[in-house]
Amino acid sequence: MDNHHYDEDEVLFRPIYETGKGFYALACALAAIVVFGLVMYIRQLVFGLGETGMNEPVSWGFYIISFVFFIGISHAGTLISAILRLSKAEWRRPITRMAEVITGIVLIIGGLHPVIDLGRPDRILHLVERGRLQSPLLWDFTSVSAYFTASSIYLYLPLIPDIALLRDRGGKFHKLYKVLAWGYDGSEKQKHALERAINILMVLVIPIAVSVHTIISWIFGMTLQPGWHSTIFGPYFVVGAIFSGIAALVIVMIAFRKAYHLENYLKEIHFRYLGTLLMVMSLLWFYFTFAEYLTTFYGHEPPEMRVFDYKFIGSFAPWFWLMVACNFIIPVIFLSNKKLKTIGGILTASIAVVIGMWLERLIIIVPSLANPRLPYPTGIYVPSLTEISLLAAGIAAFILGFMGFSKLFPLISVWEIKEGRKESVREVTERLNEYLPTSKHVKVIEEA
Amino acid sequence: MPRYGMVIDLNKCTQCEACITVCKLENNVQIVSKENAEMGRAMFWMNMLTKNYEGDFPNIRPETLPVSCMQCDEPSCIKVCPVRATYKRDDGIVAQIYPQCIGCRYCMANCPYTAKVFNWFKDEQPVEIEKSYNPDVSVRPKGIVEKCTFCIHRLQKAKEQAKAEHRKLREKDYQPACAEVCSADAIYFGDLDDPNSKVSKVMKDYRRFALQEELGTKPKVQYLSAMSE
Ligand code: SF4
Ligand code: SF4
Repeated sequence: MDNHHYDEDEVLFRPIYETGKGFYALACALAAIVVFGLVMYIRQLVFGLGETGMNEPVSWGFYIISFVFFIGISHAGTLISAILRLSKAEWRRPITRMAEVITGIVLIIGGLHPVIDLGRPDRILHLVERGRLQSPLLWDFTSVSAYFTASSIYLYLPLIPDIALLRDRGGKFHKLYKVLAWGYDGSEKQKHALERAINILMVLVIPIAVSVHTIISWIFGMTLQPGWHSTIFGPYFVVGAIFSGIAALVIVMIAFRKAYHLENYLKEIHFRYLGTLLMVMSLLWFYFTFAEYLTTFYGHEPPEMRVFDYKFIGSFAPWFWLMVACNFIIPVIFLSNKKLKTIGGILTASIAVVIGMWLERLIIIVPSLANPRLPYPTGIYVPSLTEISLLAAGIAAFILGFMGFSKLFPLISVWEIKEGRKESVREVTERLNEYLPTSKHVKVIEEA
Repeated sequence: MPRYGMVIDLNKCTQCEACITVCKLENNVQIVSKENAEMGRAMFWMNMLTKNYEGDFPNIRPETLPVSCMQCDEPSCIKVCPVRATYKRDDGIVAQIYPQCIGCRYCMANCPYTAKVFNWFKDEQPVEIEKSYNPDVSVRPKGIVEKCTFCIHRLQKAKEQAKAEHRKLREKDYQPACAEVCSADAIYFGDLDDPNSKVSKVMKDYRRFALQEELGTKPKVQYLSAMSE
């Protein structure tokens, strides 16, 4: 690379131009997992959903769990980045891009899961041709597509100035960048228009994101099933989604910080701030969980209690208590203790939360189905190899997608970092001066 | 318009399970392999539910209940179907449209009676069984949901017959297979809106009860029993 391109943020561009051996090895391994999942899915298409472990009465399993889980993770991005932007948190600058990429990739993967779950995916277009708007499933279809549209634009817009930078550097993928940059040249007018568009979108995207997970919770909340028919589900799911989203974001940030040497950009303080957010969400999650189960227990309705006992002391108890440990005990231990709140500690807490939130979806979905209202025998659900390999394929596809993205675009918003360097200090000082009592005031006091 | 309903007299029922068997044959309900049955994938449109066991082994007396789709007047299954593959007809029968169903199984999750079954695999039977399939009922493909239809094909046939003979449909023209086969005469079937029909008369019996009436689904399959639910 010639020297006049040299830039103090060069390290952010480096992954695009340099690819190590380890990258290829990992990509191949992940691709193998994805291909294996694909083969298993084709098998399922040929032989039927009997290839899974689902049965009667447990007619929903891993696929629906993963659907809720992945869409939950997607809240990392758009929602967190929009809220941080909106609240003018300056430390957001190196974080927002990664958060938004998570949303984009995970939404595609999550959105595919209900299709994988269909008995007749060949009839998927019936949803469009003769969809019944009264069905919560159709609300979902609508809101997930709206969310996907909004968040891909929200990812793309702040990417434009960076694409323009890449275009100006020339070289690899020059043509692609030229098209994607839309003739952006960083003039005041363009910059202003872009900022306006981002501002409008970030306000728009928040209610969409909240509605998406609320509606997903309503798939369950609208039914008569014991354990599902609850008014708290909307906010409960949204909180869970943001919770798992932050955790996933932290994991991704730590992994790529290490791989691409971004220590100078993603500093410990970023993780500490995110750790605090994670801790707040953990407490909120516990509050909701506690409220939900306490009301159930106090009401003591027999069908509800059958599900309750199944979770607390029955066959699902190990999973239930593991979930409580992962979502509450571990994060609180690691995040409330100054000594443990290191990057390693925050990573541990985040991994626990991601596992715990997956378990939470499992614990919401399966026990209610396994315990029908009528005195049928309790259902047993053991996932099959097909379901497990498709879960693995989903996770692998996510990592692969993220790695692919990092080879095309910078993972940290370069222009926002530059802008921060140039203007933040002045802006923040000005803002602070607005908050603080004016010196005139002080004078008045002095004179008195 | 009639409003079809069924009443099962549990004090008459001998637990012979003839209704369950005949239902499978009448409606070509898939017979699954032993392994699948053990996994909980056995398919029944009418099932024998054991509520209770009385006495000690070996002298036990199970207290059972034949349950099918309750043909609810306020069915929770049709509310959630995203493509209207299950709907309530004017005569009150909750029907399935097999070519429309996308197999999302949402209706199964929302049926409080666990009455619906899913075709986990393609229906493959020995030739002898395939030969004895009921030609009036379609064999369902894999990947869709099905349930009791009150033997709707029988209604269709009876209506055509009556039309050909220029007369009105009589009660005995249309009886589902379970009601017809019951050797104890424990199953009454007919028009609930017709005050003279047998079924609406037994509906007035003091022993009458319905399953989970508190849910507001208004089941049209009800029971008679001296001991209540
Ligand atoms: S019993 Fe279940 S399947 Fe039958 S009509 Fe009622 S809700 Fe629907
Ligand atoms: S499984 Fe079929 S009938 Fe049931 S809700 Fe889905 S599309 Fe409707």
